[in-house]
Amino acid sequence: MEPERHPMDDLLREDRLPHIWCSGCGIGTAVTCFISALLKSGQDLDKVAVISGIGCTGRVAGYIKLDSFHTTHGRAIAFATGLKLANPELKVVIFSGDGDLIAIGGNHFIHAARRNIDMTVICVNNFNYGMTGGQVGPTTPVGARTATSPYGCFEHPFNIPYLAAASGAVYVARWTMLHVRRLERSIGEALAKRGFSLVEIIAPCPTNYDRWQKRRTGLDSLRYYHQKGIIQHGINPRDVDINVDGGEIIEGVFVNVEKPTFSDFCQEGLSKAMGGRE
Amino acid sequence: MRQRGVLSGEFFMMGDIACAEGAISAGCRFFAGYPITPATEVAEHMSYRMPEVGGTYIQMEDELGSMAAILGASWGGVKAMTATSGPGFSLMMENLGLGIMTETPCVLVNVQRAGPSTGLPTLAAQGDMMQARWGTHGPYEIIALAPSSPQELFDLTIRAFNLSEKYRLPVLVMTDAEVGHMTEKVVIPPPEEIELCPRRLVTVPPGEYLPFKADGDLVPPMAVFGQGYRFHATGLTHDERGYPDTADDSAQWPLIQRLIDKIRVNKRDIIQLEEDNLQDAEVVVCSYGISARTALWPMELARKEGIKVGLLRLITVWPFPEERVRELARKVKAFVVPELNFGQVALEVERCAAGQAEVILVPHPGGNVHEPGKVLEALREAARK
Repeated sequence: MEPERHPMDDLLREDRLPHIWCSGCGIGTAVTCFISALLKSGQDLDKVAVISGIGCTGRVAGYIKLDSFHTTHGRAIAFATGLKLANPELKVVIFSGDGDLIAIGGNHFIHAARRNIDMTVICVNNFNYGMTGGQVGPTTPVGARTATSPYGCFEHPFNIPYLAAASGAVYVARWTMLHVRRLERSIGEALAKRGFSLVEIIAPCPTNYDRWQKRRTGLDSLRYYHQKGIIQHGINPRDVDINVDGGEIIEGVFVNVEKPTFSDFCQEGLSKAMGGRE
Repeated sequence: MRQRGVLSGEFFMMGDIACAEGAISAGCRFFAGYPITPATEVAEHMSYRMPEVGGTYIQMEDELGSMAAILGASWGGVKAMTATSGPGFSLMMENLGLGIMTETPCVLVNVQRAGPSTGLPTLAAQGDMMQARWGTHGPYEIIALAPSSPQELFDLTIRAFNLSEKYRLPVLVMTDAEVGHMTEKVVIPPPEEIELCPRRLVTVPPGEYLPFKADGDLVPPMAVFGQGYRFHATGLTHDERGYPDTADDSAQWPLIQRLIDKIRVNKRDIIQLEEDNLQDAEVVVCSYGISARTALWPMELARKEGIKVGLLRLITVWPFPEERVRELARKVKAFVVPELNFGQVALEVERCAAGQAEVILVPHPGGNVHEPGKVLEALREAARK
């Protein structure tokens, strides 16, 4: 009898499974929602490019069976900028984590949003640097204990949706890993959107972050998201910070506007300036 | 009337501009850069010319982004370049390593200025030569070319693109503020006379392709994004499928060996030298870039004094021409190495001379070219050996 195949198997590098992610990790679900959204989107899969940085989420590029690139820490967006501008037909997706995209990669993140480069950024936020053992990061809530904040975190975290919106992103959404249907739908919207689109996924890291906050299993985190997740579409992203561990997590689609992309703007501007000379 | 592509003709052109035009003549259609003295003119000229030839200019937010963007553009199928100077060169090191590890064709131009750190932004030096060789972490081979004139900067930028496609790695053009900001005659030939090396693209169908399995000449054919190959590339140590293999050194050995061998085995093809008066030379000036040029007059004066001095000019600095230097070391009394640093290429000359000939460095911290008197004095000292 023929072994059964899961509908997503064609988009996974089966020769690399099992993957490295821990039991209870949110990244697996993020990948499932992404693949699901991609298959429903009708995108030409040969033209989809998955770029990631360094970290647990960064390993996503290696497991998805599409043209993919695993770049240096923080540089996925810059690499993707070059890739997209060289071949505008590509659908460019950046899949990376909070530390990679917002700390070391912060500059590239805000500039790509500012330019409104046509790309979809999926940021898995698990509030720490998981791969290296759970160190404090730019989204770690105040007071949380981590490997490098053993007395508690004394820094105010970034509000990623606010940062993205303020920089110029045209689509900004956040979902916890619990809300898989809505997450899948948002990813689909982000993929279809022209311009810089961000989907932040709040995910557990039981091994290196959540268990120090007394959520020992992935299930504990899901209960947390269920209890504290509040859906508020269209709320001002300024008000969606996650400053305290265990506090409210506001989810939804916060920004969805139309704006010319970097390429649109360039084409238009150059046509006028060069007056048909090109 | 708008010109496109190759601007064939004779020009009185600044080095940096000649570099940009060389890139365009080689088919470069993507430039990502950042302003930095004395390389800014390359970016400015590219911002003007890229739209004219249907290419893209983007000014990235920093040099790290610029280097990452040119790798991305290359993987998108377009010949790509960036240009910088010392401080930016340092920032580009990490992604230079990514380019080497993923075998990404592209060109990085360093118009050197005096360092360390902010140094003398507007003045020439040659202090980044060892950094060019070893600046990014890990073991690897690199190709670095050193032009001595705006014409050569034009020609060698084209050669850099060709070598980068042929051997699938980033190639460095190591020039300096003197050559970059100097204005001289530059002849741009007609397009049919410019030899270009096309990208070595994959020929087998998807499913049969192993992205990092090399052909006989140690260079794997390349797939770019969007062709349906669904490949994976990573900066992690990887196997022939491109998949990370990091549990032990079993993938590291064959990968690193091949990345190194693909250059070493092909040294004869890669290395270019200019030789003059070496047949009966007792003293050899071994130099590169602007310092090779400013040594010419002291060499003339030395010959008038009866010193038999010849020139070995390194057009290719890396890989270093070990065999030629060893050969010469057996015949000559001494090498004189003028360079605008405190001994970088001179160390290689010493290593290869292996005590069979003296090596006299003519150092300079950068900020000016060598005083002819100092070079002449070194030639006299060499002759006395």
